[in-house]
Amino acid sequence: MELNVIIKTISKYWPMFLRGAGVTLLISTIGTIIGFIIGLLIGIIRTVPLPEKGIKKSILKIINSILSVYVEVFRGTPMIVQAMVIYYGSKQAFDIDMSPLFAGIFIVSINTGAYMAEIVRGGIVSIDKGQFEAAYAIGMSHSQTMINVVLPQAIRNILPATGNEFVINIKDTSVLNVIAVTELFFQTKSVSGINYKYFETFFIASVIYFVMTYTVTRILRYIERKIDGPENYILYANQMQVQTPEDALRRQQEMN
Amino acid sequence: MEKIIEVRHLSKTFGTNEVLKDIDFSVNKGEVVCIIGSSGSGKSTLLRCINLLEKPSGGEIFYKGENILDHKHDLRAYRTKLGMVFQQFNLFNNHDVLSNCMVGQIKVLKRSKEEAKDVAMKYLSVVGMEQFIHAKPRQLSGGQKQRVAIARALSMEPEVMLFDEPTSALDPEMVGEVLKVMRELTEYGLTMLIVTHEMDFAREVSDRVVFMDKGVIAEEGSPEQIFNNPKLDRTREFLRRTLQKN
Repeated sequence: MELNVIIKTISKYWPMFLRGAGVTLLISTIGTIIGFIIGLLIGIIRTVPLPEKGIKKSILKIINSILSVYVEVFRGTPMIVQAMVIYYGSKQAFDIDMSPLFAGIFIVSINTGAYMAEIVRGGIVSIDKGQFEAAYAIGMSHSQTMINVVLPQAIRNILPATGNEFVINIKDTSVLNVIAVTELFFQTKSVSGINYKYFETFFIASVIYFVMTYTVTRILRYIERKIDGPENYILYANQMQVQTPEDALRRQQEMN
Repeated sequence: MEKIIEVRHLSKTFGTNEVLKDIDFSVNKGEVVCIIGSSGSGKSTLLRCINLLEKPSGGEIFYKGENILDHKHDLRAYRTKLGMVFQQFNLFNNHDVLSNCMVGQIKVLKRSKEEAKDVAMKYLSVVGMEQFIHAKPRQLSGGQKQRVAIARALSMEPEVMLFDEPTSALDPEMVGEVLKVMRELTEYGLTMLIVTHEMDFAREVSDRVVFMDKGVIAEEGSPEQIFNNPKLDRTREFLRRTLQKN
């Protein structure tokens, strides 16, 4: 590896790397967000308690089976194949012409949606039954319970898994080069096709990928900590106030 | 006296397990009723059937003379009339103390934020937790959590308070603070239905004690009668075993 080759490559082709990284970030960010929303909706629908009888039950059952087909199909096939089928397939079979960028975002979104659906369902199921019961006991409906009590906790719990999906998306958008999306891998391939310095050029790309994934991980960690708040509760009470037994105990503990 | 809750021929089965068998039972307005009995006798299930967290397998439940198992009945409106306190507290983990007491008022009773806050503050000071309004549940001790849970139930201004073993999950030194709060509530003339293992407390606060055994109400009566002159051998046996432990 020659350092001057790397420096030369960067100084000459940095706009291509930058644009590639930008497209990669754009597709993976929008794809993760839309995928998260799809997953959230599916996860919510799949955890609706089944009514005991009536037409509602049959409708819900049909919707649930359609959703599980979606989840199974998109989890069970490689994204690179989906990209070929959706992009070229829709062009040849249905005469739908979409831009590679749009197709890329579409593919990443529905793919992430399929994974997120299961993650969200797991997040909802893992919330203690007591939380539901307490909400029902004060007269909340199922949707009020979900919105006010369960989902905020479930979403907090699935943040690490969502971050994982985001990181995977940043890396996996590289397969979209097969449908000529000008993301980072595609651009890197183009650069190396010009200068024939494969090792140095792809080394630069790997550093850029790593910086992006690491930054995303750090940001999500920060958000998690922000949501959790401090471990202990500090009473900001005036010391001249009459102290409660809790206060006295706390102060005593602090002194020790 | 006005019957506020009346249960007729209530039964509940889980699979083949018959937990409640033909229960007839009522609570009068302003009355404090304690339900005692060994584990698995169906005490908690009875309480959970009353606010329909468990769906009864048979029988009828009347609230102020209205059959609430009737399909036309508004289940959610009925539940707001009953305040439930759980063994495991079940505070909403994503809300702080104040918000735990406000969310039901705002979303279910459609009260304004200001009104909900006033009401919540009132009951939080009843339970002595007004200094912790911005604490999250995980920052509180068990006793504190249970006091907030009581305030949350009271904030809905229910007609009846249901307590499902409110001190059973607490460390011994925290039982006292919760019982103290509950004792104060009995002085407000609130209708209370309490499932408990705290025999001294039951004897002291209740107007009536119900002893349950194997899914039926074995015996009920005034605390003096149940604790001093129980009619049945199994009541005597249960009391002897429980009081020995303490």
